Amino acid sequence: MAEVKIEGVKKYFGNVKALNGIDLTIEDGKFVVLLGPSGCGKTTLLRCMSGLEKLTEGKIFFGNRDVSNHAPKSRNVSMVFQSYAVWPHMKVYDNIAYPMKIKKFDKQEIKKRVVDTAKLLGISELLERYPVQLSGGQRQRVAVARAIVLEPAVLMMDEPLSNLDALLRVLMRSELKKLQERLGTTTVYVTHDQVEAMTMGDLIAVMQDGIIQQYGKPEDIYHKPSNKFIAGFIGSPQMNFIDVEVRKNGSVHLLAPEIDIECTPDMSEKITKGDFGKLIMGIRPESINHVADKNAIPIKGTVYFTERLGAETIVHLKVGEMRIISRIAGDEIFEEDTPMNMYVPPSKIHLFDPESEESILD
Amino acid sequence: MIKRVLIMVIAILIAFWFLTPIVLIVISSLTPSAEYYDPHRILPRSLTLDHLRSLFVTLGGWRATLNSIQVAGMSIGISFLFGLPAAYALTRFVFKGKNSIRLGILLTRSFPVLIIGIPLLILYMRVGISDTLLGVALAHTSMVLPFVVLISSSIIGGISVEYEEAGMIFGLSRFGSFMRITMPLVLPGLAASAIFAFIMSWNEVFVAAILTVGNRTLPAHILNAAMTAPDYFKFAAGTIMAVPAMIFIFFTRKYLMSLWGISLK
Repeated sequence: MAEVKIEGVKKYFGNVKALNGIDLTIEDGKFVVLLGPSGCGKTTLLRCMSGLEKLTEGKIFFGNRDVSNHAPKSRNVSMVFQSYAVWPHMKVYDNIAYPMKIKKFDKQEIKKRVVDTAKLLGISELLERYPVQLSGGQRQRVAVARAIVLEPAVLMMDEPLSNLDALLRVLMRSELKKLQERLGTTTVYVTHDQVEAMTMGDLIAVMQDGIIQQYGKPEDIYHKPSNKFIAGFIGSPQMNFIDVEVRKNGSVHLLAPEIDIECTPDMSEKITKGDFGKLIMGIRPESINHVADKNAIPIKGTVYFTERLGAETIVHLKVGEMRIISRIAGDEIFEEDTPMNMYVPPSKIHLFDPESEESILD
Repeated sequence: MIKRVLIMVIAILIAFWFLTPIVLIVISSLTPSAEYYDPHRILPRSLTLDHLRSLFVTLGGWRATLNSIQVAGMSIGISFLFGLPAAYALTRFVFKGKNSIRLGILLTRSFPVLIIGIPLLILYMRVGISDTLLGVALAHTSMVLPFVVLISSSIIGGISVEYEEAGMIFGLSRFGSFMRITMPLVLPGLAASAIFAFIMSWNEVFVAAILTVGNRTLPAHILNAAMTAPDYFKFAAGTIMAVPAMIFIFFTRKYLMSLWGISLK
């Protein structure tokens, strides 16, 4: 177990800048998720931490050990691969035991650990089988068992759930998280699935274009996205983005066709301070409701289309030329092409600078 | 139904096309000399091993067979020693000029070894390895090595790199991981390509005939000894050449098939 500190890490593949200056500190025992769209560098960062890729620049520390130039085998890390990489020519028992055999553990000790770990993951019955005889889910458990049997300093997982079917994925999500809490191993988990990130991570590092865009608790990433990319990437359906104009006469107003929002004092102050003429307003679909709350601002539109999902209803509202999506709890029926008012609490509004796309509120 | 019958007929025709000469060669090699020259007989009444025996014993065929095996063994050994690391690098590493190197290796297969025969002989005479088995083995290596590199690289490519990386994560060096994780997985494929390489060397006549006088490999020896002998000796020689290769291929046909399609799970 160890704290992980990454300082100014860069990784170039020829002219491609896969990692473009990463600074990240992971406290001992935390479960950190690297989240981002494909090609954002999250897997490269994980491979750099494991030693499978050499750094172009920068340093990586485990505890106070500088491991930047260490081979993977001397870093005391372990990994669950996307394809599981359970060695096909070894039985399950040998797969789990092999890391210890390499390190010349005592035979009795190996056996005890394999049996204990197999029990922990519920694969005691499978020890004498070959990987080809296992299902995907079982193979994954073997991969996890192999990864935790040696109590690594850092446990790494590279999209471990992406090859499982939807039901099993939900189950394994909670199991992996519980397992990590029990072991207390510092864990780095790579995924492009925001639900996995939100449910499993103690902390999430959202990556794009080889840099970390935001690093924080899941709730902060959701409620206080630091820029438009993160705001759009987290949450489903995607956040509504509306171009608004700023008008000041006494109080500050945000204007778009059919929309006139009076800013809260806090918002007004920040808008005035930055002297913005135009802004991008972001509203999450789940913040838009058809029931008027106190202080809520109305948006007038017509119902364009509804998706009734049973537990919730997604309403596509046509406001002027724009389409605004709202997510309403429960099964509601709205007639298409009828006028409808939706309400937004001002506290749920996000504002982004149209130039830099950074949030101006948080 | 008609389609099935048609396919069967065509398959039988093709099989006949390839098998008839081989069968005729084998039969002729076993025909007693008196009957062979009898113009009224196609198939002999009795069979004899005399021709094969005299080819092997009296005409030195046995020694030539041993020479052939040694030459093939050496050239396979040298080819894998250099070919396997090259194949690994071509598969696992990204580097500049990789495709040109691959193409270059392929190109060496496109001109016959024969044309390097004479220059090689002169070179060998200077170095002092003319008329040696090592000399022939080296010449055959120039033919076998590119084959080994290309085939091995596609066999290694069929094994997911994550197996090897898992080995490295869990305590092995890159070399150790290759030897202990990847090697056991690619071994059947490599064995098949080794056998194919063996046959390549076994069948090679011209270079072996140019480079040696006393120490001839089997095909070179036959070329020399049997061409001036009666026909049934020629057929006996043909049988000796063809049968070992066919037996090899028969037992490894499964791997040889997968060698070209490559699917090793």
